[in-house]
Amino acid sequence: MKPFTYQRPFTVQEALHSIRNTPGSIFLAGGTNLVDMMKLEVINPSVLIDINQLPLNKIEPLPNGGIQIGSLVRNSDLGFHPLIRKNYPVLSQAVLSGASPQLRNMATVGGNLMQKTRCSYYRDEISPCSKRNPGSGCSALKGYHAEHAILGTSSSCIATHPSDMCVALSALEAIIHIESEKEKRKIAASEFHLLPGNSPEKETVLEPYEIIVMIELPPLPPNTTSCYIKVSHRALYEFALSSAAVVLEWEGEKIKQGRIALGGVAAKPWRCFQAERLLENSLPDEKLFRSCAETALQGAEPQKENQYKVELTKQVICKALSTAFKRSV
Amino acid sequence: MKYSVTLRVNGKEQKLNLDARATLLNALREILHLTGTKKGCDQGQCGSCTVLLNGKRVNSCLVLAVMADGKTVTTIEGVSSNGELHPLQQSFLSHDGLQCGYCTPGQIVSALGFLNEPWDKTPEAVQIGMSGNLCRCGAYPNIASAIEEIRSSIQEAASS
Ligand SMILES: Cc1cc2nc3c(=O)[nH]c(=O)nc-3n(C[C@H](O)[C@H](O)[C@H](O)COP(=O)(O)OP(=O)(O)OC[C@H]3O[C@@H](n4cnc5c(N)ncnc54)[C@H](O)[C@@H]3O)c2cc1C
Ligand code: SF4
Ligand code: FES
Ligand code: FES
Repeated sequence: MKPFTYQRPFTVQEALHSIRNTPGSIFLAGGTNLVDMMKLEVINPSVLIDINQLPLNKIEPLPNGGIQIGSLVRNSDLGFHPLIRKNYPVLSQAVLSGASPQLRNMATVGGNLMQKTRCSYYRDEISPCSKRNPGSGCSALKGYHAEHAILGTSSSCIATHPSDMCVALSALEAIIHIESEKEKRKIAASEFHLLPGNSPEKETVLEPYEIIVMIELPPLPPNTTSCYIKVSHRALYEFALSSAAVVLEWEGEKIKQGRIALGGVAAKPWRCFQAERLLENSLPDEKLFRSCAETALQGAEPQKENQYKVELTKQVICKALSTAFKRSV
Repeated sequence: MKYSVTLRVNGKEQKLNLDARATLLNALREILHLTGTKKGCDQGQCGSCTVLLNGKRVNSCLVLAVMADGKTVTTIEGVSSNGELHPLQQSFLSHDGLQCGYCTPGQIVSALGFLNEPWDKTPEAVQIGMSGNLCRCGAYPNIASAIEEIRSSIQEAASS
């Protein structure tokens, strides 16, 4: 690790003032990603602003029936929270499927949104990698890429966004609340992360002088079912090779509307808007689920070693849809 | 630059003067000489460095010591009391829940954390809830049965 100094603000305003006025500074939450990246010397801040004392660690119901989640809520507290388990099971399942119990006890919601890709070239600190060292090229394209993305990639970067939680947030149409010294703004979860395009180093809409304060979950109609399906090399304590979060709203036997988001296969948590249209006012059956899956993967651009992800993801989508369907009956 | 960090480790207050780069794991092992907590991967990928921080299990290799300022830390050295093994330690012995023993301190401290978390009250919960601790020797079946014995006895005691 490169040397750095350490600050511990107590209010959001103080933290925002520090980040804006201190060159080379970065926020530290649970540290499970940042400390790792600093040890690898992939991220080398000169000042750490530890935000763990800020009053952003509550989960509270909103008057509209939704829920607000402070950005410092630990992943384990989120996944185990009775209201989340009851009203948003897809989120509880996604969060508890990620990392390990020890990591989730430190990892925060804000840090989970901001976590870096697990691409091994990005993490090795020496290989050409445009995400780490803009313009240097992508080592994964011609190298090892069996775990890389098949959707939303560019010739500059084919890395996946590794989060499970964010996939559920996307399917739940969560809203991310952001603050800077000057303003407060909100952004839809599915618009928070950016596609790599020509500048894979810019990963989210968050500016360096902004902080995530809260995630808002809109209320779900009572006749909604949801689920998260994840496939990885081991059953637990492993990143997704492919995952799907599904939220279905029912009207009698019919799906009124549905939302599908994918993880482990795309450059960002991936909403399948076109496939979702097929679900509208439809009777659920395997044929419908399969055509959703086909539609969702239509634009897939696999590389040599990750072609398996196309069919795998179709099956993950079918499995998620049929599981959410079974929960409705 | 050095930072003063106060930790309450296994019931004893420790005032340390540390570089901000020191992890909690390094502070425990190299400064307090509590070498029961093991360094496996140093990247959050194995669980051998598990300690309880304010009662919750965490990977001490990814916690900076400065972040733990003012908090309580329990390591494997603090698990037994008055020379008596903790029931969990005893259970690891009677189930032969180890081979080389390198992962064992992390397994036991992690299991302590696990038993305080709101998992489903089923034997499968042990396997899911202990997924953050790898064992290179593959002693998993015995580790799981050692923990299951304690989990089910707590559950029985609570329901009787
Ligand atoms: C071995 C291992 C396995 C894992 N497996 C999984 C997995 O299967 N699925 C999964 O989803 N995740 C997995 N993770 C990743 C884990 O979820 C993240 O490390 C964690 O969520 C990051 O949260 P944190 O609070 O520790 O963030 P930190 O490490 O503290 O910070 C990460 C980044 O977020 C920024 N940040 C943090 N909070 C805020 C805020 N409020 N506002 C603005 N910026 C902020 C920091 O500046 C930093 O850049 C794994 C991690 C490890 C080490
Ligand atoms: S896939 Fe992205 S992160 Fe990985 S080497 Fe290529 S540019 Fe870097
Ligand atoms: S040494 Fe900390 S998790 Fe492996
Ligand atoms: S007993 Fe050897 S690593 Fe677990």
